[in-house]
Amino acid sequence: MVWFTVWQALGSTILTITIALPAAYVLGRYRFRGRNLVEALVVVPFVLPTIVVALAFLAILPTHLERGWAPILIAHGFFNVAVVIRIVGTFWASLDPRVGEAAATLGAGPWTRFREITAPLLAPALAAAAAIVFLFSFTSFGIVLVLGGPRYATIEAEIYNQAVRLFDLRAAAVLSLVQLACVVAAVWVATRLERRLTTTRWRSEHDALRRPRTGREKLVVVASLGSLALFLGLPVAVLVERSLAIGGGHGIDAYEALARPTSVLLASPWEAVVNSIVYAAAATAIAVVVGGLAAFAVAGRSGRVQGSDPGTGPKGTRALDTLVLLPLGASAVMLGLGFLIAFDEAPLYFRAAPWIVPVAQALVAIPFVVRIVAPTLRSIDPRQREAAALLGATPGRVLREIDLPIVSRGLAVAAGFAFAISLGEFGATVFLARPDRPTLPVAVFRFLGRPGELNAAQAYALAVVLMAVTVVSVLLVDRIRIRRGGWF
Amino acid sequence: MLQAEELAVRFDGTPALEGATLDVGAGEVVTVLGPSGSGKTTLLRVIAGLQLPDAGRVLLDGSDLAGVPPHRRGIGLVFQDHALFPHRDVLGNVAFGLRMRGDPPDAVARRVGELLELVGLAGLEQRSVGTLSGGEQQRVALARALAPEPRVLLLDEPLGSLDRRLRDRLLDDLAHLFDELGLTAVYVTHDQTEAFTLGDRVAVMRDGRVVQVATPDELWARPLDADVARFLGIANVRADELVRPEAVRVLRTHGRGMGVIERAVRTGPVVRIRVRLDDGGMLEAVAATIDHPSPGDRVDVDIDPEGIVRLR
Repeated sequence: MVWFTVWQALGSTILTITIALPAAYVLGRYRFRGRNLVEALVVVPFVLPTIVVALAFLAILPTHLERGWAPILIAHGFFNVAVVIRIVGTFWASLDPRVGEAAATLGAGPWTRFREITAPLLAPALAAAAAIVFLFSFTSFGIVLVLGGPRYATIEAEIYNQAVRLFDLRAAAVLSLVQLACVVAAVWVATRLERRLTTTRWRSEHDALRRPRTGREKLVVVASLGSLALFLGLPVAVLVERSLAIGGGHGIDAYEALARPTSVLLASPWEAVVNSIVYAAAATAIAVVVGGLAAFAVAGRSGRVQGSDPGTGPKGTRALDTLVLLPLGASAVMLGLGFLIAFDEAPLYFRAAPWIVPVAQALVAIPFVVRIVAPTLRSIDPRQREAAALLGATPGRVLREIDLPIVSRGLAVAAGFAFAISLGEFGATVFLARPDRPTLPVAVFRFLGRPGELNAAQAYALAVVLMAVTVVSVLLVDRIRIRRGGWF
Repeated sequence: MLQAEELAVRFDGTPALEGATLDVGAGEVVTVLGPSGSGKTTLLRVIAGLQLPDAGRVLLDGSDLAGVPPHRRGIGLVFQDHALFPHRDVLGNVAFGLRMRGDPPDAVARRVGELLELVGLAGLEQRSVGTLSGGEQQRVALARALAPEPRVLLLDEPLGSLDRRLRDRLLDDLAHLFDELGLTAVYVTHDQTEAFTLGDRVAVMRDGRVVQVATPDELWARPLDADVARFLGIANVRADELVRPEAVRVLRTHGRGMGVIERAVRTGPVVRIRVRLDDGGMLEAVAATIDHPSPGDRVDVDIDPEGIVRLR
């Protein structure tokens, strides 16, 4: 099982990069109509609840291929492609094209230029993206639970198995520790690579993007984006189709049934929609406040007036950086399980408290908030703060007049992401949501566990609703675009 | 009015300032001239309170500024590449210090208008700072620093990022402005023209110390030592004396001659000529003529005794 966890994560990473690279190239080098829309849409699969992704692939694959390692890898690719495209594509666009032009004037052809210039410069971005995809695939839960069948389980899925199906909390705890050790190692590597990423970053004054000119360039753009659209769009389309398939024909029966109470849940499915939104909103508030403060700590406020030389924060912030990242890879199942065990006894009997779900979801979302906010904070020129101080602004005033306005857009983007992530959070929520208060992903999972055509259709229908809510929140976020820095 | 006494600063063990001392009188403009890495910027940052000194103290009107945070010092600073607030327009930038001081909005608007007029940007209040040219950004930065009427204005290579013509124009404007406002200012630069044009006195910095403070004329006439002389562009330095290049006259020879022209380069109004003397020495001359000897020509050399300075 540990072996499977490792090799499927490696395989998923390689597959994801292979799928993402052409699109990253196109987005990193060409300017075309709809480019911003493409950039926004590729993120959608990433914030889709894993349970929905799993369902989509269940819908698309022929029955005999439905369970196994291949669909797991493909689903991971679908889910993580955005990570690679956004990190590598953004980095690619920030590479100064004049470096390549200089190589060309020195006699390097296109292939040599790629090998000698682009590839080495791109390496840290590729490595950082790979580390993150590896981490996500390593701790993958919802996808493996649905698509793995009895034969294939990651550590994360096995933790769930031991704790919930076999009630062996000790085995689950041991597995959790094994996974934590692996994750710490991977996070350590990821942060190291990312540090190189930010230091080798070119800020090109030149705009690196240009319109595709020759017919061949246009073909490259169309082909790479077209195949990506097919790969990302098909599962979603099939998912919608399945939610409408009833008794050999099509209809909205499953959607109508969502309003009625069902024996599958202790509530009507629509109540799950409301629960999800309320929980996610609360989780977002917590994540933005806590994550925002953590971002301030991580960014080190390097421009502190009367500080040492600008640019380097105190040494402690490095360790902090890794620490905050840890939940990014730490398992959500572990988190839910931990909450369940820790808050099970008086005086800490909170497992049925209404706030426990938002708190757990916020913990999952916080690393993303830090991820998004910290780079905008770092992008503030420390001399801005110094200039404000010399014009008479007290430290508190500097924070209000300089840091907050500049970082507010990043905070808004982070809030949107936190909302989408909380909405789709499954691993921790499945442990903590009370039976009479299910969230959308939990409800999907429950419907999936029951036989019958209507139950299946209802699962798909709920997944479509969940997807719609997620997409709307992501698109709203994208209207407040973050200008530079940040991955997502 | 402003005194910096024996300031020392180290970064990770590397000294940036080693006992720098500077005295600026009320209404005086002192330019600090030195090569990069000599500690000029650090000196300004210590005076502004942005950098704590490891030793030494800064006095303003006789009172020690130790422990006074930058926002209460009443010292203005124009940053090297402006550091304008990107999220505010021109008005928002210039008004910042006035708002911090608690001026009422109508007074702020009036004063911003005056300042923009003063720096030649009248009417640009609503422009976003990102759309301004380099020269305009420089003027906004100046107006922003001047707005709250600082007791001392510090300028850190404010013209460093501008092209030469723009720089010459702004230099004139600045000189005029300093005169008109009677400012007390410290202006840091590595450019001799800027330092000599603006400074009532010029302070030469080297290796974290202020090694010489003098009026431009005095400095040119009596540089402290060979290094200062070389930094000022006086090329003919010997063991204990220096010969200013404008005092060297190069004449076409009628006899054997004293040396041969090695190089002759026009740098604008003047031609810089290097002569290799037959005794092995080199002599640099500056000639303001159109017709000058060419490399390879044999020449005689005549030195005006007033151009010879004995070094201490």
